Amino acid sequence: MSDYNFKEFMSRPDRLTPGHRMCAGCGATIALRNVLKAVKPEDHAVICNATSCMEVSTFTYPYSSWTDSYIHNAFENAAATAGGVEAAYNALKKKGKIDDTFKFIAVGGDGGTYDIGFQSLSGAMERNHDMVYVCYDNEAYMNTGIQRSSATPMFADTTTTPAGKVSDGKPQNRKDITEVIAAHRVPYVAQTTFLGNFSDLHKKAEKAIYTKGACFLTILAPCPRGWRYDAENIMDICKAAVNTHFWPMYEVVDGEKWTLTYEPKEKWPIEEFLKLQGRFKHLLKPGKEEEVAMLQAEVDRRWEALLKKCSL
Amino acid sequence: MANKIRERLSGNEAIATAIRQINPDVMAAFPITPSTEIPQFVSSYVANGLIDTEFVPVESEHSAMSATIGASAAGARAMTATSSAGLALMWEELHIASSDRLPVVLALVNRALSGPININADHSDGMGAKDCGWIQLYSEDNQEAYDNMCMAFRISEKVMLPVMVCQDGFITSHAVQNITLNEDQDVKDFVGTYNPEDYLLNAADPMAAGPYSVTQYYMEARRGVAQAMRDSKSTILAVSKEYGEKFGREYGFFEKYCMDDAEYAIVIMGSAAGAAKDACDKLRAEGKKVGVLKLRVYRPFPAEEIAEALKGVKAIAAMDRAESFSGNSGPMSCELRAALFTAKQTPDVLSMVYGLGGRDITVEDMEKIYGDLMTGNFATGELPYRYVNVRE
Amino acid sequence: MRTDITKQGLDVKWKDMTTGASIVCAGGAVQFKTGEWRVDTPKFIEEKCKQCLLCAPVCPDSCIPVKDGKRGDFDFDHCKGCGICAKVCPFGAIEMRRGEK
Repeated sequence: MSDYNFKEFMSRPDRLTPGHRMCAGCGATIALRNVLKAVKPEDHAVICNATSCMEVSTFTYPYSSWTDSYIHNAFENAAATAGGVEAAYNALKKKGKIDDTFKFIAVGGDGGTYDIGFQSLSGAMERNHDMVYVCYDNEAYMNTGIQRSSATPMFADTTTTPAGKVSDGKPQNRKDITEVIAAHRVPYVAQTTFLGNFSDLHKKAEKAIYTKGACFLTILAPCPRGWRYDAENIMDICKAAVNTHFWPMYEVVDGEKWTLTYEPKEKWPIEEFLKLQGRFKHLLKPGKEEEVAMLQAEVDRRWEALLKKCSL
Repeated sequence: MANKIRERLSGNEAIATAIRQINPDVMAAFPITPSTEIPQFVSSYVANGLIDTEFVPVESEHSAMSATIGASAAGARAMTATSSAGLALMWEELHIASSDRLPVVLALVNRALSGPININADHSDGMGAKDCGWIQLYSEDNQEAYDNMCMAFRISEKVMLPVMVCQDGFITSHAVQNITLNEDQDVKDFVGTYNPEDYLLNAADPMAAGPYSVTQYYMEARRGVAQAMRDSKSTILAVSKEYGEKFGREYGFFEKYCMDDAEYAIVIMGSAAGAAKDACDKLRAEGKKVGVLKLRVYRPFPAEEIAEALKGVKAIAAMDRAESFSGNSGPMSCELRAALFTAKQTPDVLSMVYGLGGRDITVEDMEKIYGDLMTGNFATGELPYRYVNVRE
Repeated sequence: MRTDITKQGLDVKWKDMTTGASIVCAGGAVQFKTGEWRVDTPKFIEEKCKQCLLCAPVCPDSCIPVKDGKRGDFDFDHCKGCGICAKVCPFGAIEMRRGEK
């Protein structure tokens, strides 16, 4: 894994083909395309996809955008389905019926991961199937039209937590899924997003795919429609998410070795992240300073706790 | 004719024995009374090296069926077992297994659905899954449960539809009965190996399963499943005949017990058929023209064959071990009436709901039902059907 | 490729659909051209390109072909014109032509 080479990765054939019907500028497809770059060209994969934008848009009968085998089962069971596929692989390998190397990659949005699919995810992680679960986290149920999820940050305006005369958007803080899965003490857990040449994402994906046992990867994957920004600005938003400490880039090995994989040189105030997105527009009006301060305090609290875990 | 082994086993042991003989590639299961013993037995076979099945101890029945679907799509022979609420939790997945045309097998130990919560036998779980695109085989006793399990993969892999092998919770699942088992190798030879045409783990030609289908495709997809279910009738009969020739126990869509000249018939499924047969024997000894039609295959519903078998019958008691809350009798009874109507047969049909949550039904109850059929007592009271043994 | 997806059009009869609606035609979606969705169109100015490839991973539609470490021109059959690539290019080698197909 130490021989990671960006240009070599980008020269690998795409395992997610064009012709899918995701929106222009969609973050989910950027995430998955790049995760799959980490599968060695000579290996095979089975993608197990939870119901999501990704699923309805990449396997619309009869068009599959996946060059590998792919199965969509339902919303809440990508991890359980992947566990079944992996069990089949072990059984058929044992019986000498197949000899190719397959990697098992479950894919879900934050709805299919943090919420409805959480039970089956937790079960699959605990059973330690040799698989990677990839969550593309766009912080709301986008496929059904931008409803809040437990990944939605506090004060975000969604269609089930609309900002209004007596509401500032979502009242609760977001769940920290990466820490929750790390508490399963599986071999490898990481969170990342899109920065620069994606080396952080590529390396984590490679590590997750080629570490034996259950691994988990959360990727902050902005949604232009749900977050309300011009599609071309996605990289600015990811950079702000990281530099404000809203989205720390880190990994956890065996549930105990915590490493910050990227530390921003200077910390930006949370407004730098908020101001790029329409979903926080109401927060940047005069009179909402207290709410912004609350959000900032929560970001700081989580960052400090993370640094302690990383022994920094 | 193959060798026979005489044993005494409970229904769950009988099912587990068949699973051991089949040695499926993958079994994913979650414990629920009264089917819990099945994954327990299978786990112990794995632990002792009797089979090399990958057992996946999932965290719920929903995940059990999800993992089974994943394993089957991947190219493995895969199965699960459950009861009651477990099957209800799988409901979404049952449809996916059939629409993906996956030959998975489920051992269902029938138990009442909540609520109130109750762990004993009735068919409300299986009836709740009757319209999910699964073949359903109901078993009267341990022997039939065993034989149905031995046949299940042969049927499912031929027609590419999932199969549910049903038996009554506790009544057969936990009761030890004399049983005749087949030799291990004979079962293996009968079931054969599973070599799917397309599967996820085919590196040479990757497969995509479970698409999003726009409206223009959806009805056509469902139409295809319906045809497969219809076409499965001939396969069920062919496999059952071959099984009979090899092992000496032959089954059809149903068993006709004293039906040749019967004028009064009880139509029933599952373990209570035994009580009906005893009552039938008693009345036959008195010269009464009574019979029992015991359904084995509920899905596909053999409507024409049932109507044909009931030709000449004057009055029928249609016995459902499930309440469908339709206000118009139980599910089997409704389908039986429709089958008779289509065949332009007009016997009197008395619909009965019995045995819910393990409520006993006795030979005497069956005699009384025959008595009512013979005397023309079809009165039902407030509902258009009757309850057996409910306290009024 | 066992499935000929060209025979699975919207008028396909039920008997001609695949068993279980599964498709054995990996990556067949390339036959579905999403380029017509495009409102703005990127223009690759090769002489300005330093082959840093920062544009390659950001494309949601895998429309920037990379071979042996070098990118080529866009796949206009599928490019939806989101403009992320133009925004990340440090050398002005991608220009968005607004309102141009």
